[in-house]
Amino acid sequence: MADYNALYQEVILDHNKKPRNFGIVSPASHHADGHNPLCGDHISVTLNLAGDSVDAIAFQGESCAICKASASMMTVAVKGKTRADAETLIQEFLAMATGKLDLDSPNHIGRLAVFAGVRDLPTRVKCAILPWHTLHAAFNSVASTSTEAEEDPMHATIGNA
Amino acid sequence: MNAIQAALKSRPAAAFDVERIRADFPILQLKIDGKPLVYLDNAASSQMPQPVIDRLVRYQTTQHANIHRAVHTLSETATCEYEAARSKLQHFINAREEREVIFTSGTTDAINLVMHGYGRKFIKAGDEIILTTLEHHSNIVPWQMLAEETGAKIRVVPINDAGELLLDEYEKLFNARTKFVGVVHVSNALGSINPVKHMIAFAHAHGVPVLVDGAQAVPHMQVDVQDLDCDFYAFSGHKLCGPTGIGILYGRAALLEKMQPFKGGGDMILSVTFEKTIYNTIPYKFEAGTPPIAAAIGLGAAVDYLSAIGMDAIAAHELELLNYATEQMNRMPGVRIIGTARDKASVISFAVDGVHPHDIGTLLNQEGIAVRTGHHCAQPVMQRFCVPATSRASFAFYNSIAEVDALIDGIRTVQKVFT
Repeated sequence: MADYNALYQEVILDHNKKPRNFGIVSPASHHADGHNPLCGDHISVTLNLAGDSVDAIAFQGESCAICKASASMMTVAVKGKTRADAETLIQEFLAMATGKLDLDSPNHIGRLAVFAGVRDLPTRVKCAILPWHTLHAAFNSVASTSTEAEEDPMHATIGNA
Repeated sequence: MNAIQAALKSRPAAAFDVERIRADFPILQLKIDGKPLVYLDNAASSQMPQPVIDRLVRYQTTQHANIHRAVHTLSETATCEYEAARSKLQHFINAREEREVIFTSGTTDAINLVMHGYGRKFIKAGDEIILTTLEHHSNIVPWQMLAEETGAKIRVVPINDAGELLLDEYEKLFNARTKFVGVVHVSNALGSINPVKHMIAFAHAHGVPVLVDGAQAVPHMQVDVQDLDCDFYAFSGHKLCGPTGIGILYGRAALLEKMQPFKGGGDMILSVTFEKTIYNTIPYKFEAGTPPIAAAIGLGAAVDYLSAIGMDAIAAHELELLNYATEQMNRMPGVRIIGTARDKASVISFAVDGVHPHDIGTLLNQEGIAVRTGHHCAQPVMQRFCVPATSRASFAFYNSIAEVDALIDGIRTVQKVFT
């Protein structure tokens, strides 16, 4: 059964109200726009890689609380990480949101586990993962991404969620 | 005073026994995570009463065969029942003749039929098609496809801040190149009831045919296609307490006869040789292949059910729900109703300050309340009001005042979570 209360918990509501790293990094070495055509939500992610590490990252856009909090916590989580570590975290987050990650096995999810509840809300999974898709697209210099795009490299893993 | 208000005034509110009606709908007894279901997504799809469910069961258990084909008993029975359903639908919308009622798979299919059958034959490069800002995507995209194919142009009637069509602007759009008008009777996103009768009369004065998208109108009011004098009227069965996969295109017989078929196949022909095929007469010309027979018969039972209650009584009860909900929501700080047309069907789109519609939808669902959140397949309407999405509560005749109260309480809970 869906644990809705766990989803709208304090930490998510706080990041929605006071998003961290909200804005743009300029100039940015990488950027991407993410769009969920089903609900009109959009997120842009700008970042600067110093060597192989995320030196600065910011996001902005219009979205629901789940998406905004996910983006905010994502920027906090990947700042200072290497690109490879950030990509690992992206994969783990996507797996968690779609119910494919065993949270008891070793992982890097940490505080992001507050989003585990979306796996029981298929219509909200895309809200949580849009920022992570967009970050992935930014790393790969894809100018824009979408939760519906066929060429989206992540599309297959989220299926019809 | 519009027709609904007039109907409300003319009958005592107490005569409408909503609890007795609710007992006809088994799904309304469901609990969602332990909370009683409050189903307020009727503009998306309505629920089905037991008599319609029973009719589908009776058809499948005792009457099913393919229609218009064999001489055996079951085929004759199925054909008779299918054609009887057509007759019920004819009377429901007061069409002149049965052959003016075409079974389609739904409103979208019906509009596409007109685009292919009429549009592709009669609309040419440089011609103009008038649509309105309030259209559902299903009455925009087919015409855009036609415009792209033929070089025709689409002109759009704007709306005011209340969500009402600007009739002066509509009239100004007409010129010698105007060849077609498509207009939604009731806006699915805002509930605005458009003055389609007046708009049709104006178009006809310029010799222009009009298609009315009635998907959101037919469930809420008595629709009389002869009184409207429309050329085409499209609607869906599943918003009308009927099954999915069935809808109606009403078309004026003279126009239907001039049109080309939309789909080719069995049942839509009189004779086929590889040299020449002779098409069947209307309505069969537009019903290629085996139609959704059970769904058509189910829709017939649905309009019987609605007629027994009375569309005027339904409209009056729904107006009561709309007025009560509007009053309650107007009193709530931080809640804004989007779409405040003078004539409205029982649809309320709303925004809550600081809360995205998707969060509203999830939190209301936690209370057992089903509303629609999103752009409602009417993105031009959302753009006009500068919002990406809204939350929408849409009421049916089986909804109660207590359910409106549940919605209001639910919105208060949402506000509490987000303070």
